[in-house]
Amino acid sequence: MHQPTTTPRPSIYYDYRVHAPWLPSRHGPQPRHPVLIAGAGPAGMVTALELARHGVPSVLVTAELQVSQGSRAIVFTRRSMEILQQVGVDRRMSENGLPWRFGNSIYQGRTVFRMEAPHDADDRFFPMLNIQQQYLEEYLLDACAAQPLIDLRWGNRLVRIEPRADHVRATLDTPEGEYTLEADWLVAADGGRSGIREQLGLKLEGASYEGRFVIADIRIDLPLPTERLAFFDPVWNPGNTILMHREPHGIWRVDYQLPPGEDAEQALHPESLKARIDAQLAMIGHAGTPWEMDWCSVYSARALTLPDYRHGRVLFTGDAAHLLPIFGVRGANTGFQDAQALGWQLAFVVKRLAGEALLANYSAERVGAAREIIDEAGKSTRFMAPPTRGFRLLRDAVLSLSLTQDFVRPLYHWRTSRPHEYTRSMLNSPGDDNALFTAGPGHGAPPRNVRLGADDFLLDHLGGGFELLYFTEAAAVPQPLQDVVAAVRARGVALRVTAIGAHAPVQGAERTLADADGHLRQRYGVRASGAAYLLRPDQHVCARWLTLDATRLQAALDQALPL
Amino acid sequence: MSTPTLRLPGLEAVYDALAQAIDQAGPERAELLLVKLALLNAHALGDADAVQRHIQAALQDL
Repeated sequence: MHQPTTTPRPSIYYDYRVHAPWLPSRHGPQPRHPVLIAGAGPAGMVTALELARHGVPSVLVTAELQVSQGSRAIVFTRRSMEILQQVGVDRRMSENGLPWRFGNSIYQGRTVFRMEAPHDADDRFFPMLNIQQQYLEEYLLDACAAQPLIDLRWGNRLVRIEPRADHVRATLDTPEGEYTLEADWLVAADGGRSGIREQLGLKLEGASYEGRFVIADIRIDLPLPTERLAFFDPVWNPGNTILMHREPHGIWRVDYQLPPGEDAEQALHPESLKARIDAQLAMIGHAGTPWEMDWCSVYSARALTLPDYRHGRVLFTGDAAHLLPIFGVRGANTGFQDAQALGWQLAFVVKRLAGEALLANYSAERVGAAREIIDEAGKSTRFMAPPTRGFRLLRDAVLSLSLTQDFVRPLYHWRTSRPHEYTRSMLNSPGDDNALFTAGPGHGAPPRNVRLGADDFLLDHLGGGFELLYFTEAAAVPQPLQDVVAAVRARGVALRVTAIGAHAPVQGAERTLADADGHLRQRYGVRASGAAYLLRPDQHVCARWLTLDATRLQAALDQALPL
Repeated sequence: MSTPTLRLPGLEAVYDALAQAIDQAGPERAELLLVKLALLNAHALGDADAVQRHIQAALQDL
């Protein structure tokens, strides 16, 4: 009998709400569900919201009765915010989070490298936004609760699964005992310690690093801006690295590396924490400033992924699919991209608008993204927490040189999470004009945002289905193109047409953007009427043409919806 | 194309300067000194492939 705790988790800034468990006796017999999602963390909830957006219901189960313990993921990237906008929680994130764009690498009291993330007028969201994961989860939960297609079940722990050829049988434990539930598809969003991954005996591939970090959240009043601070080889923790981030509600995240050989229990001992945090505060000139601990944990750097995210009727997403180092904010930020990719592709398969090849594509695209991240994160990790004597010597040489030599300073810049470009996706149209464009987002790339007016951006208007951006000064979309659009819609595929560049509404388009100053056309590398972009439901580009015709539009749609 | 090389007087001067710098740094810091020097030289050389060849040459007959 699963008995989740009903005591609100301790926190000095967040009031945990304990929800009532979902009990099988209060509900009728369970039909076969299209989708069961195990895990109501960020990846599970975004998957559920994306599925619902495409009209697919899901059962979302979580073992707990409340949101996550501690702040966990605190830095969210611009692309994450664009994805969260798609599921309707971006405003609350922006209202309550702290935006930032500068990172400082500090050695011997000097800022030896300053990262400046670009932020131009065409971006709605800042490069980074800091907010504790509890708030993100709360906003996503509210969005799930408002969505009738999502059946969220608190206090339901997935204890085992029986994979079948065309469905999965799951046993769920609740405070009144077990029940079974069948689903056509199971989404494993059950986190880094995924029980589903373990039960299926699947092995993660990649590297684990020796470096272990304490993550501590303290409440303290520090007169410092919201910028990332990274301290290398500080006097109180020689050879190691310390990170600091500001969070809302007067909370600061302090991460510091443990000396080799020290275990988690020693590291989390209150006296050890106090001595080290006091030493860090003294080093930055704030000795004696009072502070209070909220939450702490120990983290080890790993860069691992499953080689395939689809196993029969089970689909892995988020941390259940991969474990990525925190350097470069790659955990939740990668999870959102996974969930968005899985949401639409699984929805299209469930609705029989495409074949299961689309799920193989989901896996190929996201495993490719994870491998790219692992490669990049490996470089950051080898600098932050050198794994061998050789790497330590090189890192120390760079620290020392950086005081006088400009050329080594960019080595401090660990690459931060960015959206993967699905350059070689099987969904990209081979017969389009991608290679002929000299600007704009190419095959598989995420879209570029464009400011249209006050509080009005291009991406505010895109999503929920395929999007055809048709650049024209004419009064109507050519009839042959309209015929292709009508035929694909008749199959049940959501496809919206936006005309760009005409002053009056264009017949055959749902929306017309005048683009009077030509800025949108310039951002998309369009120089003449008749050009077009086709975006997938996750907004990534799958085809673009200098001159679109009906045959090539049909070919691109067929390519993007494999049977 | 001929690559520039040190003539003997220059090589001798580098020989002495390196030896003295290693002694000046002391046994604890000599390795760090040499890695810093390698990075400075690599930057001045501007040719990552050449540096790889030098690393392979230096690894021989240790």
